[in-house]
Amino acid sequence: MTYLAKPKFHHPALPKNALGFTHRDYEGSISTLCAGCGHDSISSAIIQACFELNIEPHRLAKLSGIGCSSKTPDYLLGQSHGFNSVHGRMPSVLTGANLANKELIYLGVSGDGDSASIGLGQFMHCVRRAVNMLYITENNGVYGLTKGQFSATADKGSKSKSGGANNDSPLDLVGLALLIGATFVARSFSGDKGQLVPLIMAGLSHPGPAFIDIISPCVAFNNHPGSTKSFDFVRAHNEAVNRLDYMDPREPITVDYEPGSVTEVTLHDGSMLRLSKLHPEYDPHDRIGAMTYMQQRAAAGEVVTGLIYMDPAPRDMHAALNTVDVPLNRLGEKELCPGSAALEKINASLR
Amino acid sequence: MSKAIKATNDFVIKFANVNGSGSASANELFARSIKRMGVPIATRNIFPSNIQGLPTWFEVRVSGKGWIGRRGGCDLMVAMNPQTWDKDIASIDPGGYLFYDSSKPMPESKFRADINIIGMPLTEICNRTYNDPRQRQLFKNIIYIGALAAILDIELVTVEKLVTEQYGSKQQLLDSNIKAVGMGYAYAKENLSGICSLKVTKADGVGNQIFISGNDAAALGCVYGGATVAAWYPITPSTSLAEAFMKYCRKLRVDPETKKNKFAIVQAEDEIAAIGVVIGAGWNGTRAFTATSGPGISLMQEFLGLAYFAEIPAVIFDVQRGGPSTGMPTRTQQADILLCAYASHGDTKHVLLFPEDPRELFEMAAQSFDLAERLQTPIFVMEDLDIGMNDWLCQPFAWDEARRYDRGKLMTAEDLESGKPFGRYLDVDGDAIPYRTLPGTHPTKGAYFTRGTSRDRFAKYSEEGSVYVDNMQRLVRKFETAKSLVPAPIMRKAREAARYGVIYFGSTSAAMAEASATLEAQGLHLNTLRIRSFPFSDEIVDFITAHDQVFVIEQNRDAQLRTLLVNECAIDPARFISVLHYDGTPITARFITAAIAERLQIKAKEAAE
Repeated sequence: MTYLAKPKFHHPALPKNALGFTHRDYEGSISTLCAGCGHDSISSAIIQACFELNIEPHRLAKLSGIGCSSKTPDYLLGQSHGFNSVHGRMPSVLTGANLANKELIYLGVSGDGDSASIGLGQFMHCVRRAVNMLYITENNGVYGLTKGQFSATADKGSKSKSGGANNDSPLDLVGLALLIGATFVARSFSGDKGQLVPLIMAGLSHPGPAFIDIISPCVAFNNHPGSTKSFDFVRAHNEAVNRLDYMDPREPITVDYEPGSVTEVTLHDGSMLRLSKLHPEYDPHDRIGAMTYMQQRAAAGEVVTGLIYMDPAPRDMHAALNTVDVPLNRLGEKELCPGSAALEKINASLR
Repeated sequence: MSKAIKATNDFVIKFANVNGSGSASANELFARSIKRMGVPIATRNIFPSNIQGLPTWFEVRVSGKGWIGRRGGCDLMVAMNPQTWDKDIASIDPGGYLFYDSSKPMPESKFRADINIIGMPLTEICNRTYNDPRQRQLFKNIIYIGALAAILDIELVTVEKLVTEQYGSKQQLLDSNIKAVGMGYAYAKENLSGICSLKVTKADGVGNQIFISGNDAAALGCVYGGATVAAWYPITPSTSLAEAFMKYCRKLRVDPETKKNKFAIVQAEDEIAAIGVVIGAGWNGTRAFTATSGPGISLMQEFLGLAYFAEIPAVIFDVQRGGPSTGMPTRTQQADILLCAYASHGDTKHVLLFPEDPRELFEMAAQSFDLAERLQTPIFVMEDLDIGMNDWLCQPFAWDEARRYDRGKLMTAEDLESGKPFGRYLDVDGDAIPYRTLPGTHPTKGAYFTRGTSRDRFAKYSEEGSVYVDNMQRLVRKFETAKSLVPAPIMRKAREAARYGVIYFGSTSAAMAEASATLEAQGLHLNTLRIRSFPFSDEIVDFITAHDQVFVIEQNRDAQLRTLLVNECAIDPARFISVLHYDGTPITARFITAAIAERLQIKAKEAAE
């Protein structure tokens, strides 16, 4: 985008969150992506979400694979540790990091090239294993860094910039996440910050495997007529099933809603999601129903967005592993080494 | 009758069985009975990649002198597998013995004139005694153990005592096994007395040594070394390491009050994910490891390069098997040396440790976590199937209570708060090892972006040539630092001045010790050096240059350690003579002795001409 660094200087009137951090404290390095890239909007939504959630930046770890999307963790949360790993293998690295310290918040940032091809196995297995994280795919249906090849999420018949049509069936990451046990599943659009920010906030607060697929048009290689991942196409076919407001329990409720159109969902940390139903029949707590609905709307050519599924009883890998409450990376010799007396007993049993 | 081998507490017995027939526990009972009589043993399972039906062998070396390497040859064959009969008969040393099931008559052509035949109607006895076909099969094994005890003078009470220890709580099993042992013993006493001149007598050769497999020892070393995260994918011959870690953790790492686990074990979807989990956990400050074999290391290459370049601690146990490709999955080799030393694309070098037996493996397993955190890099513990999956007699494990884990250069919140400068790839101390911070350490200081791309000393992305070279040079210097931290080689001087040296490593050690003694007895004097790690220290270079020529004993085809020595120490290849054993069975003392003696005789002849 720009190569002119913003001054470090903070305007004294810059709004602060409950922890005293300003928006600027959640920013990262300057983006090197193309001007107008959907990914930059997502970065800005993540920054907004963390600011509003009052997350201490150093209590979050951001991990990614390889590709345009995977570069973005460098452009946000500069005071968080980040790990730009290898192509498609962020899920295993994130799993390991989470095993080491279950107290941090884990944000996995990936793309369709990273997660739907080489990384498909790892994506599915880390969801299956119920790693507590928010996993985001910045989905543009195209390989940007290598200049415009189709990715595995490109729709069949979708046209490339050079005019060729995609012959292969698309992989639906939302459908897969529902199938293999993600306990929070959403889809959004980089061009709809109003929808995206609360979804990210809810996803970060969800104590289990949370997944958001974000359609994020590639302005350089996949934003032309004939593409199904362009700004125009997604705007025209976006079918939001609900709108979400993330409510801090400490804030007074100021907006009035039409009775009956709103459901409130209390989250584990006491905060609340206010869900405005746009489709009265859609129930985001019904996993099987969600899968059917997604298939039906996809067949009709629509891109369903919003909170697609949330399990009221999230799963977490650590519960299944029955790990101690203290993060494993804080245990020392005293807790871990059985000592010489125990070893003598073992020796005796081996004679 | 042909000449008969006479030996007391010094022979090799081989059991030829069918996989899945229940022979393993019976054969193990046999071996343990001898050990219980104070006579050192070495046991080796030679098994197929199969659950049921294919041939399997169990070799027991009885050695009063305590030679526990593989000797070579076979003095007594217990031939219980018709599939391999011809080959088994052929493998008996002249003057040796054949023990077989004589229930059905066999043509004379099926035997050899120069061996001694011991027939026992095992099937007939079983069919007479048992009705259930499975019982007939299982007790046949126990009956022949009873018979062998009588033939070889193994004390019946010792065998019975071990059976009691094994089945003590299950009265019915205990009674039936005791009965079967006794039946075999009585038959042999009555019918086979004086037929065999191989004997076992009570001795005092075992002492306080323990008997354990390398994979068990490695797993225990991981528990003692403070590993909390293990990620793995099943692959022979490393699976039992991960399973043993689980076993020991359940015993030693469960919080007594909360009943919660001070460990996390993940069976990953593949080896790639396994090493990914280890790297993520290492990055976030736990001691983590994976256990695999050659094919797994092949899959992990990309991640290993990341761990090298981004400088993340990781421990990898490579239980080597026969390669390349699927190769010989249940046979042993030392053929992953180069694969591990230079794992991944680009310029890399990795630290390797070469344990000689389960005792040293326990020690190296624990030490590998200190090295990984100190050096912030992957550490490879180079096991092989022979050490990993066979039980070895070795010195007992020891742990110094004063020992503390070396967590390496970690910056704490206090360090950062006090204003200590932090650059993730900055060489502050001159040893080329930078400081690191863990995620979540400090609210505003010490965060950085870990990546596999080139970056400067402050972890900022850079493709500037000089910045890249600066970092790569520091990694070379860090590898130099590693030389002073890894286990030093062990030299043994010959009784007389020697012009020739021998270099060996890993599981070859036991066979080499015996070969050395045999050669010395023949008047062939050689100094030996056991290499225990890579990078190679100056001591190794000095040893090589101090000799006219050096034999390098390896269990691979391409002399991989020699290649590494030539390459890393810039030594003339002509200084080395390779002795290579790579048919998938463990190297034998006889093989080494013959190979070295032959070469030395040729040299002597050349010198005389």
